[in-house]
Amino acid sequence: MPAKGATTEMIEAPPKEPRELNAPDGVRIELVSRGFTTPRGRVEALAGMSLRADAHEVVAVVGPSGCGKTTLLELICGLQAPDTGSVRAAPAALMPQRDLLLPWLSAIDNAGLALRARGVSRDEARTTAAPWLERFGLERFEHTRPAELSGGMRQRVSFLRTLLAGKPVLALDEPFAALDAITRQEMQGWLAHVLASEPRTVILVTHDVEEAVMLADRVVVMSPRPGRTVAEMEITLARPRRRTDSAVVEYRETALAALGSET
Amino acid sequence: MRRGLKALPAVLLVLALIGIWELYVDLKGPTFSLAILPSPHAVAKSLYHDRSLLWSSFLVTAQEVLLGILAAVVIGAALSVAIHFSPTLRRATYPLIVASQAVPVAVFAPVLAFWLGFGILPKLVVVAIVSFFSIVVTATAGLDAVDPDLIKLMRTFDASRLTTFRHVELPSALPSVFSGAKIAVAVSVIGAVFAEYTGSNSGLGYVILVSEPQLLVARAVAATVILSVFAIALFALLALAERLALPWAYGPREERGA
Repeated sequence: MPAKGATTEMIEAPPKEPRELNAPDGVRIELVSRGFTTPRGRVEALAGMSLRADAHEVVAVVGPSGCGKTTLLELICGLQAPDTGSVRAAPAALMPQRDLLLPWLSAIDNAGLALRARGVSRDEARTTAAPWLERFGLERFEHTRPAELSGGMRQRVSFLRTLLAGKPVLALDEPFAALDAITRQEMQGWLAHVLASEPRTVILVTHDVEEAVMLADRVVVMSPRPGRTVAEMEITLARPRRRTDSAVVEYRETALAALGSET
Repeated sequence: MRRGLKALPAVLLVLALIGIWELYVDLKGPTFSLAILPSPHAVAKSLYHDRSLLWSSFLVTAQEVLLGILAAVVIGAALSVAIHFSPTLRRATYPLIVASQAVPVAVFAPVLAFWLGFGILPKLVVVAIVSFFSIVVTATAGLDAVDPDLIKLMRTFDASRLTTFRHVELPSALPSVFSGAKIAVAVSVIGAVFAEYTGSNSGLGYVILVSEPQLLVARAVAATVILSVFAIALFALLALAERLALPWAYGPREERGA
């Protein structure tokens, strides 16, 4: 039930010093609008959306359902072009919301799919993926097909597939939304751990504010459709973070307030 | 043991139907049995007495059906891929593909005989024409049904169109091709029979054609029984091949890793 007309006070993004764009590995989206023509009329997914992610920065994007978050990621990945505004981003690999593992491939071959897509031989792709599966605690499941993996394992394989694409930017679309609460918390801790040792520029789209605060260097709050940034917070906490830490709780409340004022 | 139990309902049903059939023919009297519908035991007798004729005829028809389906799968799959890649080709050929199914075999079989003679070739063509439709339709549907998000994903991996086809679209369409081939099995048998009606001197269709006017209806039905069993066997064989080739399409029943 989206309360359409409920317009309350907006929390403006604090003005930022214009920083030098870290072009090689970053993402810069400026005043992007993007709409679609559907059988039921024109839908504006994004209107005046701006987003910046510097190299190796983890930016979480939170917003209500249907606020154009997936469109945002597709723009970053070059799957769509903006109607207006500019999108500048280093090459990005997508981790889709559903794991989208290929049911006929084993875990190791799914993990190496991005390599195979570039024309790497199967053996070579396996040689590259094998040590990663071990690092991700999946060494016993190399030859297991997705249907027999648990939800958490599938997400790990899916993440590994994205990582092995070798792109400087990772676009994660609600990666843990389909998991149960306990597995989700485990996976958040796991992802924080992986990113600590394998820094990448990450755009993490989520509807889970706590997840955003736990994982991100910066949290961007989006408005309902048409989406744009309504608030932005730097999370300056040291890692590893604890969910129960009072600062985490405080950030979470702030973000929720920004979200709540918009929905 | 469990496999036997699974087949039990089908066996019981067939036995019950044969019982009803036998009873019905007995009630109708001997003339009916000789000229119109033979009783099951008369059919069984013919199966035994005419076994060498039926067997050699079966070999002819089986060859036509198998080669015809093979041709249909190859041509049908190739056409589906072409249609998948070219919307123009799809619009151009789809009406014709549908129309090819509406033309009765009896109409084009003589033309084929005129062009290709009375050997096995025109029969193959008939079988291929009647069975390639289901293969084209199911394979095209299978290719179309590939998750668009998967295609997007492959694009973010810089995969070429061909690579995406090879790694994603082709494997996910394979179960559909098998479904199409399974549907094709039944119609291909009918196709072979009609093709033999039009110009041949061998095969089970020919046996049926010449037995009826000679009041050898039991033999005609015996030939039909063989055709039915053949269709069932082909269907089962395809199902088995599918299980072996595409175990992932059957859920996590396979061996567990480690």
